[in-house]
Amino acid sequence: MADRDPAEGRIEVWKTYKLYIGGAFPRTESGRTYLVAAADGTPLANACRASRKDVRDAVRAARSASGGWAGRTAMNRGQILYRVAELMEGRRAQFVEDVAQAEGLSAGTARAAVDRAIDRWVWYAGWADKIAQVLGSSNPVAGPYFNFTIPEPTGVVGIVAPETSSLLGLVSRLAPVLVGGSVAVVATSETRPLPAITLAEVLATSDVPGGVVNILTGLKAELAPAMAAHDDIDAIDAWGVPEALRREVELAAAENVKRVARRPKGVLDARFDWLDDRAAERPEWIAAFLEMKTVWHPIGV
Amino acid sequence: MTSDGKAIRPWSGPKGPAGWGLGDGQAIPWEYAPAPESRDIAKVRPQYGLFIGGRDVPASDGATFTTVDPSTEQPLALVARATTDDADRAVRAARRAQSRTWGRLHPRERAKYLFRIARILQERSREFAVLESIDSGKPIKESRDVDVPLAAAHFWYYAGWADKLAYAFPGRNARPLGVVAQIIPWNFPLLMLAWKIAPALAAGNTVVLKPASTTPLTALLFAEVCRQARLPGGVVNIVTGPGEIGMHLVTHPDVDKVAFTGSTSVGKLIQKGIAGTDKALTLELGGKAANIVFEDAALDQAVEGVINGIYFNQGEVCCAGSRLLVQESIAGPFIEKLKARLLTIRVGDPLDKNTDVGAINSRAQLDKITELVAAGTAEGAELYQPPCDLPDRGFFFRPTLFTNVALSHRIAREEIFGPVLAVLTFRTPDEAIEKANNTEYGLSAGVWTEKGSRILAMVSRLKAGVVWANTFNKFDPTSPFGGYKESGFGREGGMHGLHAYVSLEDR
Repeated sequence: MADRDPAEGRIEVWKTYKLYIGGAFPRTESGRTYLVAAADGTPLANACRASRKDVRDAVRAARSASGGWAGRTAMNRGQILYRVAELMEGRRAQFVEDVAQAEGLSAGTARAAVDRAIDRWVWYAGWADKIAQVLGSSNPVAGPYFNFTIPEPTGVVGIVAPETSSLLGLVSRLAPVLVGGSVAVVATSETRPLPAITLAEVLATSDVPGGVVNILTGLKAELAPAMAAHDDIDAIDAWGVPEALRREVELAAAENVKRVARRPKGVLDARFDWLDDRAAERPEWIAAFLEMKTVWHPIGV
Repeated sequence: MTSDGKAIRPWSGPKGPAGWGLGDGQAIPWEYAPAPESRDIAKVRPQYGLFIGGRDVPASDGATFTTVDPSTEQPLALVARATTDDADRAVRAARRAQSRTWGRLHPRERAKYLFRIARILQERSREFAVLESIDSGKPIKESRDVDVPLAAAHFWYYAGWADKLAYAFPGRNARPLGVVAQIIPWNFPLLMLAWKIAPALAAGNTVVLKPASTTPLTALLFAEVCRQARLPGGVVNIVTGPGEIGMHLVTHPDVDKVAFTGSTSVGKLIQKGIAGTDKALTLELGGKAANIVFEDAALDQAVEGVINGIYFNQGEVCCAGSRLLVQESIAGPFIEKLKARLLTIRVGDPLDKNTDVGAINSRAQLDKITELVAAGTAEGAELYQPPCDLPDRGFFFRPTLFTNVALSHRIAREEIFGPVLAVLTFRTPDEAIEKANNTEYGLSAGVWTEKGSRILAMVSRLKAGVVWANTFNKFDPTSPFGGYKESGFGREGGMHGLHAYVSLEDR
């Protein structure tokens, strides 16, 4: 809503920011919005304040997309994630502007974050056809059996995105979920949701099938507990859950024995350095949303 | 007669079903002579204390509880009933040992202690097997051939990892988590102890373990092994008592990690118990495994697999194949084969080496099985039990098979944890997958077919942490075990089992 001087001769066309569910961009069913401001206080947009029912719709879309995504070959998933990086590269300027506005960064700092977000897709894309070799095993059991362990996707993951790093933080949490073959319902940064919607526009025109990533903007106090309590969500990425909500979210998650990926002990979301590749690119984050399956078969003629 | 004067009931011949050439209601014309294992070798002590800081101590208030032999309902021993003070003391002892001795010990030395424990378990295996059977009710041939050797093998396997953690987690420093609280069930008392303690110690943690209140004895004998191995005091602490003591450990502020094996309902309470903390958690919970038999399976092998899948350890197994899904085209003859095989199962004295199905672990569990079986009949399923005699005393239950089961029946949905098989049918592989996965559990599954590509297709579509193809209920320390969905998270066994006991730090 930052307007330019009318003397420039042209009135800008503003964008309505919507949710991203099942490959489409619906408004929240609740009809509610909240005002999102830039870091300097300038009003930017009326973002959708998604509801519990939007969470349900997003989970339904995610579950429908889950089998197809898990069933892709690993190389295909890798190429699709790489394609996201390609498309982001093409819209780099827009992302830089979005991130600079949302996070109050200089153009240079915002550019570094966007570049790293693009590179992070590339890093995780490369894991697609390797993670099973690194995490899987052939097990030398004491008997005439062929025994092996392979990773499989956990299923539907609810991601409560980092609050501070609106794009790089989100990508760093989303890519490991996708590369392992799980699908996501994301609650974006509450105060800085707009770069996530721009990312949704990239995803919508990429080869990522509709429903594999679903993006909700709104209040974490509403969305995180709703996601944690949803029986058809298999795991919660709790990185961006505010400390005050953590216990409530984890209690709800226990109702169906959800896997809960917590922010590591002692790490503050606001202080975490997402530009530090050693800290922010981790195969463990892929493993957090994988299930290990062990298979036995007798050996004999 | 056994050493305690208990009469061993000769296995009286069961009655053959119609159509099996055995004569309706005729006894199969062979019997087994009793083959009792000696009870004396277990050397049950009249009273057992807690194991805290390397010492055998009574409960702080002197309270005890009785553990009984489920096959006779006779008391076996008095066991200290830990108070919350005792649990706190055990956590303090574990913390002290972790920071002063065990955590500082060179990993190579940690390994040698674990190798010692493995060796002592092997040396004293017969004693452990008899004690396990007496306290839990499981047949001696299972405690002797499965529980105890596997427990020793677990210590052996993880011993070797203690000084090789860098190879398990490339690029990371695997650091111990600290003090681990471990709560284990009554169905495999010593084996579950080994699954829990071996990887925890190998990674440099110290433990406070709470055995199930009906089966504390092998854990307390294990305490003696720790002393014999000269394991430093406080590295392993064992507190016996009711479930509240377990929950006290779960919520104890100085516990860094909780590992639990048991029911899904208690698992959820434990997950809630650590909500909002920084404690790590692994859960190995219930199951309702489907054992899927295709028409092209090697049927006699499949019969053995299905029988072993559900009647092993009285069916008191979280990964038991409690739902048989048999392809419709062979359902009739396959079920007849199962019924015939059931006639040869010997139910009785756990210490008899011929016994296939021993005693149910407790009165409470027997009541639960009885209740669910009654529900099966009430909901319209058709019950079959072989007409074998059960001992007059003790908690025994006939091997049971239900046909005409619908997926909505309680016996097809709830974990019975008893020798009760629910038989369902399917026509297509898709239907088999649909039915197999139609449960909140996801621990294990079985597939029986001679077609390799079908095995792999089924394996990849089954939502289960362990899939046995043309076999069932096989376990090994190198083989990761654990569930999908509400059967829990984390793995035990193999390299993956180590992951549950380390924090991975950047190098």
